[in-house]
Amino acid sequence: MSSETKQILTTDGIPLEVSLKKAEKKNKIKAFLLVAPLLLFLVITYIFPIGDMFMRSVDDRMVTNMLPKTFKAMENWQNLDELPPEEVYRGFYEDYKLLAENQQHGKLGQRLNKEKNGFNTITKKLFRQIKRKKIDESASLKEQINKIHKRWRDVEYWQAIKRTAPPYTASKYLKGMDMYFAADGSIAQVDEDRRIHRILWLRTLEIAFFVTLFCFFMGYPIAHLLATLPMKYSNLLMICVLLPFWTSLLVRTASWMILLQQQGIVNDFFVMIGLVADDNRPEMMYNKVGTYVAMTQILLPFMVLPLYSVMKTISPSLMRAGKSLGGTPFVAFWKVYFPLTIPGIGAGCLLVFILAIGYYITPALVGGASGTLISNQIAFHMKTTLDWSFASAMGLMLLTGVLVIYWIYNKLVGVDNIKLG
Amino acid sequence: MSKNPEFVKFDKVDKSYDGKVLVVKDLQLDIAEGEFITMLGPSGSGKTTCLMMLAGFETPTHGEILLDGNIISNIPPHKRGIGMVFQNYALFPHMTVYENLAFPLRVRKVEKDEIDKKVDKALSMVSLNGFETRMPAQLSGGQQQRVAVARALVFDPAVVLMDEPLGALDKNLRESMQYEIKHIHESIGVTVVYVTHDQSEALTMSNRIAVFNDGKVQQLSNPAELYEKPVNSFVAEFIGENNTFNGEVVDIDKDKCKVKLANSEILANPISVKSKGEKTTVSLRPERALINPTDKMDNMFTGKIEEVIYHGDHTRVRLNLLGSSEFILKVPNSTSNLELKVSQDINIGWNSTDARALDPK
Repeated sequence: MSSETKQILTTDGIPLEVSLKKAEKKNKIKAFLLVAPLLLFLVITYIFPIGDMFMRSVDDRMVTNMLPKTFKAMENWQNLDELPPEEVYRGFYEDYKLLAENQQHGKLGQRLNKEKNGFNTITKKLFRQIKRKKIDESASLKEQINKIHKRWRDVEYWQAIKRTAPPYTASKYLKGMDMYFAADGSIAQVDEDRRIHRILWLRTLEIAFFVTLFCFFMGYPIAHLLATLPMKYSNLLMICVLLPFWTSLLVRTASWMILLQQQGIVNDFFVMIGLVADDNRPEMMYNKVGTYVAMTQILLPFMVLPLYSVMKTISPSLMRAGKSLGGTPFVAFWKVYFPLTIPGIGAGCLLVFILAIGYYITPALVGGASGTLISNQIAFHMKTTLDWSFASAMGLMLLTGVLVIYWIYNKLVGVDNIKLG
Repeated sequence: MSKNPEFVKFDKVDKSYDGKVLVVKDLQLDIAEGEFITMLGPSGSGKTTCLMMLAGFETPTHGEILLDGNIISNIPPHKRGIGMVFQNYALFPHMTVYENLAFPLRVRKVEKDEIDKKVDKALSMVSLNGFETRMPAQLSGGQQQRVAVARALVFDPAVVLMDEPLGALDKNLRESMQYEIKHIHESIGVTVVYVTHDQSEALTMSNRIAVFNDGKVQQLSNPAELYEKPVNSFVAEFIGENNTFNGEVVDIDKDKCKVKLANSEILANPISVKSKGEKTTVSLRPERALINPTDKMDNMFTGKIEEVIYHGDHTRVRLNLLGSSEFILKVPNSTSNLELKVSQDINIGWNSTDARALDPK
């Protein structure tokens, strides 16, 4: 054993390990410099934006910065079931007055209104009172403000202000799951008829799952054919598989619109062969059917290529061996061929599922109301409501979902088993 | 128990892949039960195609293949009960050694205890006990090969086909595996059809060898006869080493003929020449020509040494003899007291019975 622990020296007396490190150092630096541009690129275009997105999604410093005195005073507000003490009113009044002078009071009203409905009205009333200089600063501000509107006498509104005190909040994430912080700070569900996000999440998962399934069932035979056909035919077939890749996504989606619409080619064909009546043409677009068809077609190459690359490496003699040993063609396929294609299936399914879960343009164009996905909702908040922090929160939830799927996949199949080509 | 001499029968089998070229032409071949027969030939000679037709992966274009008297051309591979060892072993990489061997038994719905027993027996046959839980990738090439052999035998097939099974092994391992396969064959008496392009492999292992060329069996005989008495110049050329002289028959009687070369005449054994004036290629094994022969030999010539190559157990001498500078002599090292030097003149002699006058090349 001692010989193992003894340090081995090179001929000039330097320990072997040191000498090795020295020799390897140059190569290591070279290798690092080669990947450095890519690393930098990744940090700038990927890590940094995700970090920024995260900050945006939890950032709630606006109110914190607007009402510093209020929150300072609120530290002494002991019994939260009763109206706050005079000093809180005074702090709020001073903060609000300053905001009014800087024309910032409207923003506060809107922000507080999101926290609790009705704030906009009562802050505007307060603003008018301040503007008309009707408030006597030497008297009790609590009494005067309470008189402005009955809501100011409602402790729930003051609790709502207090809830906005922390500079960071998870409320956007709760909103993404159709939940919110109730008045007492606990997590509550929104009313059933307003739970749109959960439906979208489920629909996204469902569509991604079925698109993956369809891609698998269509892609597996194609990939097998590609891997076993003689070169001259398989090259042609490969071009057919790759052709969609070389066509613009928008063009492909638009072609599906032409094909699938009610007066479209597919429906015309169905009517022609008498499958459906002319006045009873089925809707194949602006619903889930359209999304399924178009997404399956667009994502199919992502299933075929990894499968093909794995199948290409499986020696045809294995299937022959299976048959010559007495297995029926099905047994030989199921026990020998299929298990060997699992790395390709894993890679293809993971790829298609992850792409499908975040798909945007196709469902937006052919999905209609019942075929849109969570990514369309994110885009909606980015572009229409301009609630970027909510969009960021949902984007991050999507990213987390993908990472969870990846993790599960790694546990089940093992990522080192993935073969992408 | 009498052995069936026509256990496997190729009856006038033709095979074409493209409808233009026949890769197997009118093959007529009987294989006896328990025989070790080797199909030997250069690549593209049709030997592997024959094997694939027997295994059921290719269908004959014409003719029938019979196994134990039954026509099998329409039986799918998995119902033929023929074991097969593939060129690259074709072990199932995702199964352990045990599972690989159990596969043919499981698909035959053999009981678990019986499977264990048979797998154990097959593994001990190739001396791989204790390797049951290994994956094929954890085995060396030789071990994988032995697993493949065991797998082809574990379900007691009547015929085992081997498609260049030792091609990927290094020389020493290949030789020891040759003996191992030969011994397994001898001990269990299974019929083996073996395909190879390596003539020494064929010579050491087989009962009979079928030499294939151009889709046809050129000669079917036991190893000794094949080497000693090739029936045509292809076989003579393909099996072992060979000195050739191209010439014309000028005189012929029952067991001797005179062949005129460019500027000399030699005596030869007429095998495929019948009459005067025929073109012929005379074939002579290098070890049959002797230096300074003491016995009387009917072909005696003088040649000039062009090259001497030391080979350990023997020395090869290239001579300029009878107008050709490609004449090879094999001199065993027991007689290396001979002083062989380049550009020295030496006397060479051989018997006309060893010089076989075959079809012209």
